[in-house]
Amino acid sequence: MSIMKLTATTAVIALTATTSFARDNVQVAGSSTVLPYASIVAEAFGENFEFPTPVVESGGSSAGLKRFCEGVGENTIDIANASRAIRPAEVEACAAAGVTDIVEVRIGYDGIVFASQLDGPAYTAFEPADIFNALAPKVVVDGELVDNPYTMWSDFNADLPSEEILAFIPGTKHGTREVFEEQVVAAGCEATGAFEAMIESGMSEDDAEDACLAVRTDGRSVDIDGDYTETLARIDANANGIGVFGLAFYENNTDKLKVATMSGVEPTTESISTGEYPVSRPLYFYIKAAHIGVIPGLKEFAEFFVSNEIAGPSGPLSSYGLVADPALGETQAMVAAEETM
Amino acid sequence: MTDATANPIPGTASKGKSLLEQDDRTKRRNAAEKRFRAYGIAAISIGLLFLLALLWAIINNGIPAFTQTFINLEVELAEENLDPNGNRSLEDIRKVSTFGYNPLIGAALIAETADIETEVSDGDLTKILSASAAAVVRNYVIENPDQIGETVEFRLLASSRVDGYLKGRVQREDLARDRNLDAAHLDLIDEMVTRGSTERVFNWDFILGADASESRPEQAGIGVSMLGSFFMMIVVLFAALPIGVAASIYLEEFAPQNKFTDLIEVNISNLAAVPSIVFGILGLAVFIQFAHLPQSAPLVGGLTLTLMTLPTIVISTRASLKAVPPSIRDAALGVGASKMQSVFHHVLPLAMPGILTGTIIGLAQALGETAPLLLIGMVGYIASNYPDGVASGFLDPNSAMPAQIYEWAKRADPAYYERAWGGIIVLLLFLLTMNIIAIILRRRFERRW
Repeated sequence: MSIMKLTATTAVIALTATTSFARDNVQVAGSSTVLPYASIVAEAFGENFEFPTPVVESGGSSAGLKRFCEGVGENTIDIANASRAIRPAEVEACAAAGVTDIVEVRIGYDGIVFASQLDGPAYTAFEPADIFNALAPKVVVDGELVDNPYTMWSDFNADLPSEEILAFIPGTKHGTREVFEEQVVAAGCEATGAFEAMIESGMSEDDAEDACLAVRTDGRSVDIDGDYTETLARIDANANGIGVFGLAFYENNTDKLKVATMSGVEPTTESISTGEYPVSRPLYFYIKAAHIGVIPGLKEFAEFFVSNEIAGPSGPLSSYGLVADPALGETQAMVAAEETM
Repeated sequence: MTDATANPIPGTASKGKSLLEQDDRTKRRNAAEKRFRAYGIAAISIGLLFLLALLWAIINNGIPAFTQTFINLEVELAEENLDPNGNRSLEDIRKVSTFGYNPLIGAALIAETADIETEVSDGDLTKILSASAAAVVRNYVIENPDQIGETVEFRLLASSRVDGYLKGRVQREDLARDRNLDAAHLDLIDEMVTRGSTERVFNWDFILGADASESRPEQAGIGVSMLGSFFMMIVVLFAALPIGVAASIYLEEFAPQNKFTDLIEVNISNLAAVPSIVFGILGLAVFIQFAHLPQSAPLVGGLTLTLMTLPTIVISTRASLKAVPPSIRDAALGVGASKMQSVFHHVLPLAMPGILTGTIIGLAQALGETAPLLLIGMVGYIASNYPDGVASGFLDPNSAMPAQIYEWAKRADPAYYERAWGGIIVLLLFLLTMNIIAIILRRRFERRW
């Protein structure tokens, strides 16, 4: 019976799959901000080495680190990309699953920019205080901490256009959100005096810090859980909207977006590397040290990633929008020595 | 009845109106019918309008992906760069990475454009070429080490911005704030097009090629993920068809009617309506975390899609088995066939066209499915290597056509957006072919009683 034969064939295929499987390619997952860089490196790695091209998946920093911390073994990933540093809780989760030796590699810096429709209102200059006033649930008006009454940008800063407030910010699973909170919202919280007002109202310092990072929930601040392309689509549809993007994404879409300065500085790779532009963050990847020597090409891939040809100021990552790390030499030495955290 | 004739409706017969003249009630009824027809036509027109808009958008956005701009360039394969020891040993040649080839390509471009007046600096010239150029030249040299020292003509991909300019996607004014290309480059390209060294031709690599990284959309193709889809469909066909048909035959022909089989039937119908992402979670838990099958492998993708396709196949198989008249079974049993002989010799062959149609439609559904693949790691920069053979086709990481389209639509470079639409055209062609085959099978072999 032919049907019987088919079933038998399937069973044989399934059986050989479980018994004789040995992975020979590097598997990477994590931040969608790091994905473009990782894919560029993976492609060049496949071209220049005898190893197969590594597989790079996205999904966000937190999702990637969660998969990274699932355990040691061929069906777990070797490298997690992250647009923020690993958290102590994640290190503990990793250790609980047997992932004890982790190599942290910083590949460079990425700028976070605010951009709006090219032909839209003139959002060309922001201060952290503006973003806080626009997005916080409670702001300071005449020295009092009140529920955010602002509906227009011009309500709190006459220099900004009189347009309805509408901002598309990264969702909480993105590493970009954390940087946005720490470097823009928290800075704005202090600058507007909201932080002091909260402490005066009897909050503890920790609670006030947390309260500073909250965003209003009346629909004027929209969390985007997808990628920057989703933010771009929302900006395309809303002329008065502003969106949060990575510098590299903006540089690839200058025909649709115009970028705003932050504290008077325009975001460019130069202004970010000198530290003038205030909103930037380091990008990382994490290597499972237990997989080095087991998965062929893993260490070579990591070394290739941080080599001067790739991650240096004139390499392909830099021309895509990464801000090269001035301390790349130390990172190279660390990867070569497999120095764990 | 008799009452009605005895008491005619007041005001109708008594007024003695002509039958040719419609009364109010008939007019209203006729008007209601006309309105209903108009609603129907409006509904169909709106549907057609949406279909046309969709097709127009797909074709308009996707067709440019099938052509690509190439630049013909004579590159001198200088010995001092590529084989400094001069011994032509493959090992030494391999040591020169793609970065070592960039100066050669830069020099070739300078020579090519030497007699064209341009504001582009020599160092910026390479921006008109794809980053893949160095890899193309390097692969050629590794395959033909004897050509080192010669000057060879290469056909290299132009960068995605140059390609976009020739396709009308990139406008001059857009480049003012773009650091990947300047307007001066475009003047250069215009001149090279008139000379014939730059041309836009049909791009087989889009249909047959592998995925590329974010920095070189011009190189990306859907071929490898097409193979991924192919291997997945093989798994679905060889797993779902036998299981589905065996289950349906048992349930339809042999199983006793009791509460337990009723429960199974209800569950099969419910499974057909379960959102596909649920099967993705199930696949992740069962095949990857429990059975330890490799991540991102078409085998796992196929098995997950099998779970999703099974209810479709079971339901359509049972419907076509039911459609075979009982007289066929009775006749077979009457001449002394066993129950099994009657099923396999008579009922199953007659039900085959229906079963195949259901299977093909189930496969088409599985071919276009993305959601479950998200969870088993088939979305990302994955479809970069061709499988080495059948086993590697099933087990090595790969993507699938709809997953590849989704991935392209997410990427930053607008050139990838165009490729996503192009990928949709390829996928639609496959779905159309499969559905046409299903229709032909049904028309050709279906029997009616």
